[in-house]
Amino acid sequence: MKLTLRLERRLTPSRALGFLIPVFSIVLALCFGAVLLAAVGKNPGVVYQKMFSGAFGSRFGLTETVVKAIPLMLSGLGVAVAFRMLLWNIGAEGQLQIGAFAAAGVALAFPQAPAVVIIPAMMLAGFLGGALWASIPAALKAKLQVNEIITSLMLNYVAIYWVEYLVYGPWRNPKGYGFPGTAPFSPAAELPRLGTSRVHLGLLFGLVAALCLYFILRRTKWGYEIRVIGENPTAARYAGISLTRNILMVMALSGGLAGLAGMSEVSGIIHALQRGISPGYGYTAIIVAWLAKLNPWAIVVVSFLFAGLLVGGDQLQISMGLPAAMSNILQGAVLFFILGGEILVRNRISLTWEK
Amino acid sequence: MQDTLILILLILAGAIRAGTPLLFATLGEIFAERAGVLNLGVEGMMIMGALSGFMVTVRTGNAWTGLLAAILVGGSIGLIHAVLSITLRANQVVSGLALTIFGTGLSSFLGQKLVGVPAPDTFRVVRIPVLGELPVLGPLVFQHDILVYLSFLLAPLAWFLMFKTRPGLHLRAVGESPATADAMGVSVVGLRYLYVFLGGMLAGLGGAYISLALTPGWADGMTAGRGWIAIALVIFATWSPARAMVGAYLFGGVEAAQFRIQGTGTQVPSFFLNMTPYIFTIIVLVIATQETVRRRIGAPAALGLPYEREERG
Repeated sequence: MKLTLRLERRLTPSRALGFLIPVFSIVLALCFGAVLLAAVGKNPGVVYQKMFSGAFGSRFGLTETVVKAIPLMLSGLGVAVAFRMLLWNIGAEGQLQIGAFAAAGVALAFPQAPAVVIIPAMMLAGFLGGALWASIPAALKAKLQVNEIITSLMLNYVAIYWVEYLVYGPWRNPKGYGFPGTAPFSPAAELPRLGTSRVHLGLLFGLVAALCLYFILRRTKWGYEIRVIGENPTAARYAGISLTRNILMVMALSGGLAGLAGMSEVSGIIHALQRGISPGYGYTAIIVAWLAKLNPWAIVVVSFLFAGLLVGGDQLQISMGLPAAMSNILQGAVLFFILGGEILVRNRISLTWEK
Repeated sequence: MQDTLILILLILAGAIRAGTPLLFATLGEIFAERAGVLNLGVEGMMIMGALSGFMVTVRTGNAWTGLLAAILVGGSIGLIHAVLSITLRANQVVSGLALTIFGTGLSSFLGQKLVGVPAPDTFRVVRIPVLGELPVLGPLVFQHDILVYLSFLLAPLAWFLMFKTRPGLHLRAVGESPATADAMGVSVVGLRYLYVFLGGMLAGLGGAYISLALTPGWADGMTAGRGWIAIALVIFATWSPARAMVGAYLFGGVEAAQFRIQGTGTQVPSFFLNMTPYIFTIIVLVIATQETVRRRIGAPAALGLPYEREERG
């Protein structure tokens, strides 16, 4: 007698599990984190309670969570549209940086411009900056079949060094006491905020972007093409769908959304271009997009969750001296469990005794 | 003239040292990809190798124990990818990314108290008697630490194993045509696990080379994208260990030259020098891709595809 594990493909993916697995993944990741915390001599209960109350337990925490959800939402949507057609854009981090750089350039070049002119100009610059940056791996992929995973990732490093060069060098604020950052933008170049909080208009960008993306994917011919390429590339080719054109357009949209995230960070929060404008939003966005199964509305919800994780992680660093990297570990662990659980959505598992 | 010659020699010797961690990681990824598993978690396995190697060395005072730990930790992290991608047939791209995010976070978390701690033991230069005294060749090849010599042996050994032995044939069969390999009685799942584990061990070894020999110590994110460069090098090497050596030293050369140029107090801002390896990776990848397309030597045919045996009727 031998116990064997068999997988049977389900005729239709399980909807209930499609929802339960992400939830269970988060729970399991927290359990894993608890073991790790206990191993380094910290009380997991206390740590999680601190993280939770840090992120959701006060007005400040809650608004900070919303603030951090904005770049996650925008770049998560960007990542998702590319992933939809199996285009692995993992360069959202760099596209965000270049978007921030372009938007900052516009703000610094026209300090006299009124808000109605400068804000749309910065949005356009941020979007185009990110789109152009993403067009490098896109063009290499479309024309020369170069692997976009590596090129888009390598450009993250280049973008970060480029921004560092500017804020330490030619763009450094002469009155900044040597601090690596540009001069502050004019008040007109600042995104309006909600009351006295730090929540800014970027939230609306994110929600509108989700709506647009949902509409594009569900209601337009272009969206249909993207989905066909992602689900069956061979069928797409026979149907006469241009892969080249779609790679270029989807990557531009993907990078543009990340660029807009960069714009909303500098215009809504920092009001200048600085070093370290992103604690890895572009990477977290990948997890957000995957956890949300690339669904625009789910991305909005998951962004808040992961923003809470980031804020909670920061809180740990402040109050307990624990590295903020704790939130990265949990992010990675959630993704492991999600990936592992996906097989259950598509297959039924049965344990049987065989002779 | 004499000075220029010495400088070139120094850069070349530096290229070999800086290329060594890349060589280990690239060889590891070649094994995994030859078996049909794309593991984009090299960066995560490498940084965990760098951390655990240094951490254990600090505890025990012996770099060899650290090295052993790094190899085991690298392999174990690789096994996570193996379970997800081979057994659970998860998306290999996303699983590899998860490995990198996880490894980067975990190493930063566990390494918090190790920042700035001096290394109690490192791998030092072992000058090979007689050969080490040779002009030019001596300082270039025979005045390195023991891990560099190990990498000199490992690359040809990997090539021999892959192309001249029966296990090597099985390895390639599993990556090219798993159904055929299965019909031949080769365990597709078993071999894929084995080579993903081996790939992880080599990435861990590469990471430990950084924290125990190249720049002894621990710093957050000290692998600095080398794991990703290694993945690009696999394509450059057209999945061959021999060409991996060329690629690794080429990149080592870029790193060594960058270090030297920075030392001369040049006018070029360091930010641009720091960008060079990444831009160079893109350029090399473009050239290598053209070559593979032209010569029709692509990736292993089953790369990235989970294997599902047809049901027996």
